[in-house]
Amino acid sequence: MKLTLNVWRQAGPDAEGRMQRYEAPDVSPEMSFLEMLDVVNQRLEENGEEPIVFDHDCREGICGACSLMIDGVAHGPQAATTACQLHMRHFKDGDEITIEPWRAAAFPVLKDLMVDRSAFDRIIQSGGYISINTGSAPDANEVLVPKVDADQAFEAAACIGCGACVAQCPNGAAQLFTSAKVSHLGLVPQGQPERDQRVVSMVAQMEAEAFGSCTNHRECEAVCPKEISIDFIARMNRDYLKARIMSRAK
Amino acid sequence: MPLNAKIPSGPIEQKWDRHRFDLKLVNPANKRKFDIIMVGTGLAGGSAAATLAELGYNVKAFCFQDSPRRAHSIAAQGGINAAKNYQNDGDSIYRLFYDTVKGGDYRSREANVHRLAQVSVNIIDQCAAQGVPFAREYGGTLDNRSFGGAQVSRTFYARGQTGQQLLLGAYQALERQIGAGKVTMYPRTEMLDVVLIDGRARGIVTRDLITGEVSSHAADAVVLATGGYSNVFFLSTNAKNCNVTAIWRAHRRGAHFANPCFTQIHPTCIPVSGDYQSKLTLMSESLRNDGRIWVPKTKGDERPANQIPEAERDYYLERKYPSFGNLVPRDVASRNAKEVCDEGQGVGPSGLGVYLDFAEAIGRLGKEAISERYGNLFEMYEKITGEDPYEVPMRIYPALHYTMGGLWVDYNLMTSVEGLYAIGEANFSDHGANRLGASALMQGLADGYFVLPYTIGDYLSKHMDEKVTTDHPAFAATEAEVRDRTEKLLAIDGSRTVDSFHRELGKLMWDHCGMNRNDAGLRLALEKISALEEEFWRDVKVVGSSDTVNQSLEKAGRVADFFELAKLMCYDALERTESCGGHFREESQTPEGEALRNDEDFSYVSAWGYNPDGAPQLTKEDLEFEYVKLTQRSYK
Repeated sequence: MKLTLNVWRQAGPDAEGRMQRYEAPDVSPEMSFLEMLDVVNQRLEENGEEPIVFDHDCREGICGACSLMIDGVAHGPQAATTACQLHMRHFKDGDEITIEPWRAAAFPVLKDLMVDRSAFDRIIQSGGYISINTGSAPDANEVLVPKVDADQAFEAAACIGCGACVAQCPNGAAQLFTSAKVSHLGLVPQGQPERDQRVVSMVAQMEAEAFGSCTNHRECEAVCPKEISIDFIARMNRDYLKARIMSRAK
Repeated sequence: MPLNAKIPSGPIEQKWDRHRFDLKLVNPANKRKFDIIMVGTGLAGGSAAATLAELGYNVKAFCFQDSPRRAHSIAAQGGINAAKNYQNDGDSIYRLFYDTVKGGDYRSREANVHRLAQVSVNIIDQCAAQGVPFAREYGGTLDNRSFGGAQVSRTFYARGQTGQQLLLGAYQALERQIGAGKVTMYPRTEMLDVVLIDGRARGIVTRDLITGEVSSHAADAVVLATGGYSNVFFLSTNAKNCNVTAIWRAHRRGAHFANPCFTQIHPTCIPVSGDYQSKLTLMSESLRNDGRIWVPKTKGDERPANQIPEAERDYYLERKYPSFGNLVPRDVASRNAKEVCDEGQGVGPSGLGVYLDFAEAIGRLGKEAISERYGNLFEMYEKITGEDPYEVPMRIYPALHYTMGGLWVDYNLMTSVEGLYAIGEANFSDHGANRLGASALMQGLADGYFVLPYTIGDYLSKHMDEKVTTDHPAFAATEAEVRDRTEKLLAIDGSRTVDSFHRELGKLMWDHCGMNRNDAGLRLALEKISALEEEFWRDVKVVGSSDTVNQSLEKAGRVADFFELAKLMCYDALERTESCGGHFREESQTPEGEALRNDEDFSYVSAWGYNPDGAPQLTKEDLEFEYVKLTQRSYK
């Protein structure tokens, strides 16, 4: 099939960007969205033009590198799917597709469709872990974890840190990402000793970055490729309130 | 130059304990005086960087991804082995050791593998304590499954996302140390060379992938944890940016490369759909626990799978290997799939596919139970192919997945360059000629959490107060070489893209150094690779400049190294005229067409030294088997 692409091109972090139009004349429905871009890039290179820069790596929907706004939707039209797992059979001949980088103040553009998501790493640094040095762990079966808790912790831990939640949120808020880690670690017994301090520190770091506030639009949940539930945001808010009122967390 | 593996003396159960006692320690107050460079922050590198920082060393960690959380370890699906014997089914450290040496077709070191089995139990403890959400029983204990040919249930898992959860555990431990100031993290930074001073690794030269800046970093030791080299085949299950550059640059500086031709072809991947294909996607082989593999008995049978009656299906693994059936090891499963397809029984548009059918399991266990076990894999399959595996059988075909070969290391995980270590998939150490399922995560974390942090201290303790800085002329000289190479690639301004060369190289390797290899094919491949490489350096087109993000330039440097590696792989495959594990030489097979090993002549590790002027130089490390009895593997 034949498609027309409008792609955001921006030479560097401080350069001015603009939309650029490209024709993609020979797209197969079996291609992934990124393979379609590969073919466009291949042609650009052959013509001596700089290919479109975009982040990608595993192309299996798990590394969280790919980060494209496709027709205004993070990761595109198919629910619960990263851009790398989106296939062209979901588009039709003659479609015009707009491709932009993540839109969020906290994720500045580095080049074309590539953005800086290091704010997420800093949120994890502030407390998204269990402090256990290598070697000091008890036998794994000594701490029992109820299956329902383990399963729910897994649902939260499935977050791939892609940033779609932030990109889609009208406020550019990082509540879904932050709450997923707060909840994963807060749901397992191993995470209890640091539970209060963790939520306080991670929320503080989240607020120190350029993320906005959550006003319950639920856009994050709608575009999350791993279908992380906003129930975790409620859980984080409750943990935060409890830690603020009841505990010695600083 | 002979290579000394430094295997400790004593009974195998005591080697590691004795060795740990013999290793010199670094005084806690002195640890902060040492700087360690960690290149790569996946399971091995991330866990090692975190652990070394916890011990008090200063760590500088580098990765080309935008965050350490994205390393390709994240894509491992099935699980991680450990000899916990929680299932009371007869597992033990010795059994895991034995299975791993046997599974590796007797081409690994007994002492290394035994240590791996020993520390496997600590890994599970560590990961559970980090909050890794492993699958659990209703009573709250850890669940296990049998995996990839094992006859005990020793595999721990987190649905089909075990690699992700283990990597995030290591990543969180690493981020904790970054927050504490003990690790300085350099994301989006690629190592382009290692710097040697007086024969010892004393630093690296890197390129910042955003600004293009080339810079130097000095340290007391350098650790490479940069993964495997399956992408030499262009199409593999590796992430797109996985590459050989870090270990290849180290090889060029004197580190021996061991068993480069030992590559693993994974039997259960989604077949290629067209010539634009950018990578292949693996479907966890845990699927083989419940899925049954078959092809139509009749060649060219074009009926849809569901319309082919039972009697006209060939469940060829169950037929040929009655005791292991669909759970035969990866190399056996892969070769059999290729065979039935070569005979014309393959399915799907290309004829390069076999069915993996869940109808029987869904009938027996119900759709819900199957969804609980494999839900995310089924969804992934449907997204890619547009077919629903609950309704029609999956189509699968083998693909490049893992490389057992890598930098040669001694028992301490040090390469043949002093002060240069290699851990995880980047080294050759534990899997012999074939890796068992769920053992890659185990080895990466064993090296990172529990082996390197001990052994590196012994080396450092002998080199107190021997600081160098990046002012040393060796750094400037290496930087100049890196810049020259970059400029050279940009200056060629030819007519073919990097990807077009890479695809052609990959096809050559798949055809001649892939699942089946023979003398004539390998010699032909060597000629063709050299010709293609010559064309690359004459006619490649790399657009753009070096002072900005330039993904074509990144790829060009990596593909240039893949050419050199490809030739070494062919040399290695030529030299080893036996079949073993993932290395199948057509000249060496039993009358039934199974791989025929030759222990008399080939019980050694092939460690290749770099030779800029011609054929690489082979050093053999003889393998001695004191505990495991060498038998021809049989899964009949």
